[in-house]
Amino acid sequence: MATISMTVNGKQVSGEAQGNTLLVEFLREELKMTGTHVGCDTSQCGACVVHVNGESVKSCTTFVSALDGAEVTTIEGMANDDGTLGVIQQAFQDEHGLQCGFCTPGMVMTIADMLNNNPQPTEAEIREGLKGNICRCTGYHNIVKAAQSAAATLSGAKQAAE
Amino acid sequence: MYNFEFNRPTDLSAAVDALRGDGAQALGGGQTLIPVLKQRLAAPTTLVDLTGIESLKGIRRMGDMLVIGGGTTHGAVAASGDVAAAIPGLVELASKIGDPQVRNRGTIGGSLANNDPAACYPAAALALGATIETNQRKIEADDFFQGLYATSLEEGEVITAVHFPIPTASTYQKFEQPASRFSLTSIFLAKMSDGSVRVGVTGAGADGVFRHEGLEQALGSNFSASAVDGVSVAAEGMSNDLHGTPEYRANLVKVMTKRAVEALS
Repeated sequence: MATISMTVNGKQVSGEAQGNTLLVEFLREELKMTGTHVGCDTSQCGACVVHVNGESVKSCTTFVSALDGAEVTTIEGMANDDGTLGVIQQAFQDEHGLQCGFCTPGMVMTIADMLNNNPQPTEAEIREGLKGNICRCTGYHNIVKAAQSAAATLSGAKQAAE
Repeated sequence: MYNFEFNRPTDLSAAVDALRGDGAQALGGGQTLIPVLKQRLAAPTTLVDLTGIESLKGIRRMGDMLVIGGGTTHGAVAASGDVAAAIPGLVELASKIGDPQVRNRGTIGGSLANNDPAACYPAAALALGATIETNQRKIEADDFFQGLYATSLEEGEVITAVHFPIPTASTYQKFEQPASRFSLTSIFLAKMSDGSVRVGVTGAGADGVFRHEGLEQALGSNFSASAVDGVSVAAEGMSNDLHGTPEYRANLVKVMTKRAVEALS
């Protein structure tokens, strides 16, 4: 076992890991942060997406031992400081972008990374960007709407701030 | 997944030392190797993680060559203005690998070393006549790929950089297997500065990536979609699985080559 230290949602944390411990196992079992889901465990579904050093990755396909010292953001870090839903989460609620909700943590994290890189994506770019996230409930339409709505809110907020 | 010792060197010489141990295996971004380990198709005793070695990362222009470090991610290649200016086909290729999360972890060195018969990068390395640099030597792409999942890399050899000659034009035309997003049959087409045309084909060959000399010669003398019509692409030697017959793949070689020619016309 080795001790792994990292920053998760702005907080310094550390925990024990063996060589084959995946990031998602470390988050859920060692840090007890169960917002990040394991859907398929075969790199297909994207329910486990988190950000590592600002980029979205599949936490079921990343060894935590490779990430000593990294900055990780999970779905638990997406709410506002007062506990209310963050912009992307709120957009999912407003646009009915979830039904069972199992895939939603990964969807939100993927869309957050997408909007960081491309604040005003086209519908085609949103669908392309969601290639690594599978939803078996919604048929994706309302997820795409949620991404569009979040993009509009975020760029509106940015313009207002400028 | 069986357990193993995790070794995370920060410089290449430490990695090469660690790879000398019995049962040691190099780990790039892990987007292929981790699923393989989960299926217990491999059981290394030590994984040597290369992602902590900064000298393996980066993209630089050196004269008429573009040099991409072996640990550079697909996402970094896809987003690189230097790559877009020099070899736009490589941006097309990198931006179509897997999905955004795979591209943020997967590396060019890992893709080439694994030589999956449906991977994208081997087509570009062959079509551009790349040189694969390791910690020991430089290997021409034409000598590097040795069949399914096989390369001329020796035990403990690490890809440090890939040197791509800059062509006058390039494009990657991917016909993707929609579930896996690997290539069902894809073409990397390059017009080189000496006037020659090179065609790399991935996803189709039963022995993995290959160049198609008939297409190269026809397009070298007449760079047009109609020149492709006159070339015979044999079904023999194409792979056969539930996604496509050899005949289907042979036809796709011509269809995708035509699309590549049209993209550059």
